[in-house]
Amino acid sequence: MSDTQTPEKADASASDATAGKHKNPVSYGALAVGFFMILVFAGIVGLVAASFFDAVPEITWPSFLVESDTAVRKLGLMVFVVLLFVGVMALLLFMVDSRKRVPNWTVAIAFVGPALAALLLGLIWPGISTLIQSFYGRSPWYDPERSEFVGMANFSTLFTTPEFQVVLRNTLIWVILVPLVAVGLGLLYAVLIDRTRGEAISKGLIFLPMAISLVGASIIWRFVYEYRAPARPQIGLLNQLLVWLGLEPYQFILNVPWNTTFLIVVMVWIQTGFAMTIISAAIKAIPDDIVEAARLDGVSGLRMFRYVTIPSIRPALLVVWVTITMTTLKVFDIVRTMTGGNFQTSVVANEFYTQSFRQFDFGLGAALAVLLFVIVIPVVVYQVRQLRISEEIR
Amino acid sequence: MTTSNPGIPVEPSVEQKRPSGPRKLTKAEIRASEAKTRLTSPWATGIAIIMAILWTIPTFGLLITSIRPQASIQQSGWWTWFTNPEFTLQNYETVLTGSSTAFGTYFVNTLVITIPAVVIPITIALLAAYAFAWIEFRGRDLLFVAVFALQIVPLQVTLIPLLSIYVDVGLAGSFWTVWLSHSIFALPLAIFMFHNFMKDIPRSLVEAARVDGAGHVRIFFRVLLPLLVPAVAAFTVFQFLWVWNDLLVALTFAGGTPNVAPLTVRLAELSGSRGQDWHLLSAGAFVALIVPVLIFLFGQRYFVRGLLAGGVKG
Amino acid sequence: MALNHKRRFTALSGVLAATFVVTACGSGDDGGGGTDGGSGSSAIDCAPYEQFADIDGKSVSTYASIVAPESDAYEAAWKPFEDCTGVDVKGEWSKEFEAQIVVRVQSGNPPDVALFPQPGLLQTVVNDTGAVVPVFEETEAVVDENFSEDWKAYGTVDGTYYGFPNSSNSKSFVWYSPSAFADAGYEIPQTWEELVSLSDKIVADNPDGSVKPWCAGIASGDATGWPVTDWVEDKMLRDQGADYYDKWVAHEVPFNAPESVEVWDAVGTVLRNPDYVNGGFGNVQTVASTSFQDGGLPILDGSCFMYKMASFYAANWPEGTDVSENGDVFAFYFPANEGSEEKPVLVGSEFIAAFDDRPEVRAFTTYLASAEYANLRAKEGFGFVSANKNLDVANVDSPISKLAAEQFQDPSALIRFDGADLMPGAVGSGSFWREATAWIAEGKDTKAVLDSVEQSWP
Repeated sequence: MSDTQTPEKADASASDATAGKHKNPVSYGALAVGFFMILVFAGIVGLVAASFFDAVPEITWPSFLVESDTAVRKLGLMVFVVLLFVGVMALLLFMVDSRKRVPNWTVAIAFVGPALAALLLGLIWPGISTLIQSFYGRSPWYDPERSEFVGMANFSTLFTTPEFQVVLRNTLIWVILVPLVAVGLGLLYAVLIDRTRGEAISKGLIFLPMAISLVGASIIWRFVYEYRAPARPQIGLLNQLLVWLGLEPYQFILNVPWNTTFLIVVMVWIQTGFAMTIISAAIKAIPDDIVEAARLDGVSGLRMFRYVTIPSIRPALLVVWVTITMTTLKVFDIVRTMTGGNFQTSVVANEFYTQSFRQFDFGLGAALAVLLFVIVIPVVVYQVRQLRISEEIR
Repeated sequence: MTTSNPGIPVEPSVEQKRPSGPRKLTKAEIRASEAKTRLTSPWATGIAIIMAILWTIPTFGLLITSIRPQASIQQSGWWTWFTNPEFTLQNYETVLTGSSTAFGTYFVNTLVITIPAVVIPITIALLAAYAFAWIEFRGRDLLFVAVFALQIVPLQVTLIPLLSIYVDVGLAGSFWTVWLSHSIFALPLAIFMFHNFMKDIPRSLVEAARVDGAGHVRIFFRVLLPLLVPAVAAFTVFQFLWVWNDLLVALTFAGGTPNVAPLTVRLAELSGSRGQDWHLLSAGAFVALIVPVLIFLFGQRYFVRGLLAGGVKG
Repeated sequence: MALNHKRRFTALSGVLAATFVVTACGSGDDGGGGTDGGSGSSAIDCAPYEQFADIDGKSVSTYASIVAPESDAYEAAWKPFEDCTGVDVKGEWSKEFEAQIVVRVQSGNPPDVALFPQPGLLQTVVNDTGAVVPVFEETEAVVDENFSEDWKAYGTVDGTYYGFPNSSNSKSFVWYSPSAFADAGYEIPQTWEELVSLSDKIVADNPDGSVKPWCAGIASGDATGWPVTDWVEDKMLRDQGADYYDKWVAHEVPFNAPESVEVWDAVGTVLRNPDYVNGGFGNVQTVASTSFQDGGLPILDGSCFMYKMASFYAANWPEGTDVSENGDVFAFYFPANEGSEEKPVLVGSEFIAAFDDRPEVRAFTTYLASAEYANLRAKEGFGFVSANKNLDVANVDSPISKLAAEQFQDPSALIRFDGADLMPGAVGSGSFWREATAWIAEGKDTKAVLDSVEQSWP
C-alpha cells in the first residue's frame, strides 16, 4: 500500500516545490531527505524482491558489527546502534527543520517514512505472502517444485471440519469477554486507587502478571486449577478452597463448557494490568479544572465517574479495548500450554499455530491467519468511523 | 504540574518543560484531591484490596513454590508451606549456575537486545504518529488505518519471510535482526496508541505554536512530546517487558547460541529436555521478573497528573 | 565472561582419559563429564577420519532438541572427534526445535547436522523442503556395521536413506516400586493375563478405592495424547502381531478395522477403567489432564502401583529417588500375552540427518554413526542408550537404560518402531493424539474415535 502511494504523491508535490522555487528558496536539505526516504523505500522493495528471487549479492559485514563474543563488544555494539539511530533520526529532522520553505511532503515523509519502510519489510510483505499462501497447499507458494494452487480449498476445509464451529465459538467468546472484563476491571481499579497512598505499589501488584513470562504464568495457573482426587491433598488452590468449603474438587480445565472461561480468566489476569496502566495514565491527564468545575456544580462520586471521568478518558478506553481485542485474537500460548486445544477449548490462533508449526501445513495455517484478519474487520471499520468523527469535531 | 495547580489547563506555550517528577503532596492536599474523584471510600478501598489480593495470590504461590524442595512442590499445595515451612535456595542456585554458560552472559544479551528494541520503535512511532495526527498529506487516513490493521498480523507468519531476508543479507544470527524485528513488530500498536493520544491534544495548542512560527519539528518536540510523557512512559514499560520476555523472535532470528541468546532461552531450557524439571521454572520466572518490575516502578515517576490535556476538545 | 570462556575451554579440552574417570563414578545428573583438565591427543582412533581432506579448522553446526545440562554430555562426547580432525563442532540446543527446524530450513538457514527427536519430523522435512542430504556413503558404511536393517528402514523416506539413530528409548516398560511390591507381596507379572489379575488383586486389596493399581497421565501441552498412542501400539504389537502392526502403520489396513477396535478396547480395560485408574489423581478423566511428567509420581507415595512409560522417565523421579532393581522405583517389561513366543519391544529414537554435503560434515556424521561415539556418549550419562549393536552395555549409566540396551541387543526381541512417529503428521501428531485424548476425557466411543482418525488420514 505504502510503496505505491508515497512515490506517486512525492512526484506531485515535488513538481509543486520546483515551481515555487524561484520565488521562495526551498530547503535543499529537506528535499534531500525526501529523496533519501524514497530511495530507502526503493531499496527495501528491491531487497524483498532480490531476496525472493535469490539474487542478493553476498555482503561481508565488518566483524565488529556482526560478531559479539564478549560482553564488552556486545555492550559497545548496543551503544553504537543506539547512537547511530539517534544520529540518523536527528539528521533527518534537522534537515527538514529549516528556516527556508519546506515542502510539506518532505516533512511528512521524514516523519512517516522510517515507520513505513520498516513495516513494509517486516509486516506488509509477510502479510501479503500469507494472503497468497492461503490459496496454496502445504508447501510455500513460491517453491516451484512443491507449491500447488488450491483456490479456496483451505477455507472450505476449515468450515467443513466439524470441530471448527466450536473453535469459532470459543474465539468469539474470548474476543468479547477478555476486553470487556479486562478493561472493566482495569478501569475500576485505576479509578479506585487513583490518588491513594502507595499507589505505585498497588498498581505494581496488578501489573505483575504482565511482567511474568508465559512459562511462569503456566506454572502459576497450574497451582490454581490442578485437580486431585477428593481424598488426596490438593495442589491447586481453587480446589483446596472448594475442599475447605466442604465441596468436591472440580476439574477446572477439563469440564466443558466452563473450562474455556477458566482459560479466559488467565488472559484477563494478564491483560488487566495493561488496561489499568494505560487508563490510569489517562485519568491522570484529566485537567483539574474540569474536575473542579464539575465539583462546583455539585457532581461527585458515581456521577463524577459517569459524567466526567468516563468521557474524559474515552480515547484511552478505546485504545485499550482495541489493543486487547487484537492481542486476544492472536494469543494461543495459554490454550496451547494448558489444554493443547483439547477438551473443546481451541481457538483460531491455536489452530493457526498447530497447522503452521505442528503440522507444517502452511496453506491451512495461512488461511487461519487470514480468518483472524476477517474477524478483526469490524474493529477496523469502527476505528475508521472514530477517525472520521474526531476529524469532524476538530 | 501537580494537583496543587488547578484551574488552568496546560498552557499553550512552546516553552513547556518536562516534569521533574512528582513532588510530595501535603496531607491536606491528598485528602482534598481524594475527595474530588474517589468513589465512596470504604467500599472503594475494600474492592481495591480484594482485587489486589486476587491478582497477587497466584504469583505469591509461585514465590513460595520457588523456595520449596522439588518433592514437596509435586506432592502438596504451596499453602502447606505455612504450617510446614521448608526453605531451600537449590532452585535458584540451579537457575543461576546450572548451565555451562554463565548466567551473566544471558543477562547481558537480554539487556543488549532490549534497550535498542525499546528506543528505536518508540522514536519511530512517535514521529509517525505525529505525522498521522498533525501533518496534512494525501492518503493519510487510509495509510493510518492500514498501519493500524497490521496489528492483527500474527508474528509467526513473518518468521520465514523475514529470516529469509536476514539470511540473504548475511545478518542472521546477529543482534541486528532482533533489534530490527522487535522494532517492526512494535510499530503498529505504538503508532496507533500515540496517534490517538496526540489527536486528543487541543488544536489551539498546536495552532498557537504555529502562529509563533514553529515548524513541525519544533511543534513535535516542544509542544507534543512533553504532553505525551505518561503515554510514552506507559508504552516504554510494555515494550520493555514484551522484548524482555520474548523467546520466539530471538530464537528464530538470532538463534540459541550463547553469543546472542537472551535470558528466556535459558529459562526455556530449565525444565529439561523432556520437561522433567518443571519445578525449576518457578525460580526462573522470578529471576526474570525483577528487572521488568523495577522498570515499572521507576516508570511511575512519569505517570504524572496534569501533563496531558486529554479529553479537552479545542 | 572471561571466566566463562576459560571454563568452556577447559571443559572442551578435557581428554577422554579424564572422561573415563568422571563417568566411571558419575551418575546421570552431574552435568556431564569431561570437565577435568588434561592434555594429550584424542582418545579415539583417528584413522577413519583421515579420508576426509582439508577439514582441519572447518566448523560444523548442529541443532538438537536436547537442552542443558544434557547437551553438555553431547559436547563432551564430540570432543575426541574435534581433537582428531580439528573440526569445530558448534552445538545449538533448543526445546523449540520442532517448530524452528522447519522455519530455518524454509528460510535457507538450516544447520549442517540436526538431531531429529523422531523420524516423523525428519520425514516431513524431507518431503516438504527437499533440503535433507541422504546419508553419506562413508557414513552409511559405518551405519551398516553398527545398526540392524530394521533401524535403517525408519530413517528411509521413499526409498532414500536420510537418517540414522542417535539415542533410542524403549517404550515397553511399566514403572513400579520394587519396595512397595515386596511389601504387598506382589510379583512382577510375566504375561498380560498376570498383569490384569495383579491389577484386580490390587483393587481387591484396597476396597476403599484410595489406592489404584494404575496411574496415568497423557497431558503434554500441544502434544497431549501421545502416551495413549504408545499404549495402543504396544498392545497392537502383542495382540495382532508384528505383520498386522506394520500394515497398520503403513495404512494397508484401515485405522478403524475391527482388529484395531479390539486393541483399543483392551487398552481401555486399563486406561478407561475407573477401578484401575487414576491412582493419586482421581477418576478416569484426570488421565487426560495429568501431565505425563507427573503421571508416575504417585508410585512414590503408594497411591498407585504401576505406570506405563518409556525408559526416559527415569529422569522424572525427584532427586534422591533410588531408581534400581531393589530401590524405590524401577520398571518391568510390559509383558506379552500368555503363550506368546515373541518378546515385542516398542521403541522410539532420535535421528541424525545432514543438510549440507561438505567433507567436515561427512566426517562428523560418520563419527556419530560409530561405535566409539555411542560408547563415549553412553559414558557421559543422562540415561543415554543407543541401538548401536556395538554399544557396550556396561558403559550405559542408569540401570533402566541398561535394561533397554539389553532389549535392543536381545536377538529374540521383536523390535518395532513407535507407529505414531511413522504415520503422516496429520495422524501421527494430529488426529491420533487428539482423538485419543477425547477417548479418555469425554469417554468417546471407541469406534467413533477410530472412524474419526481414519477419516483424517491424508
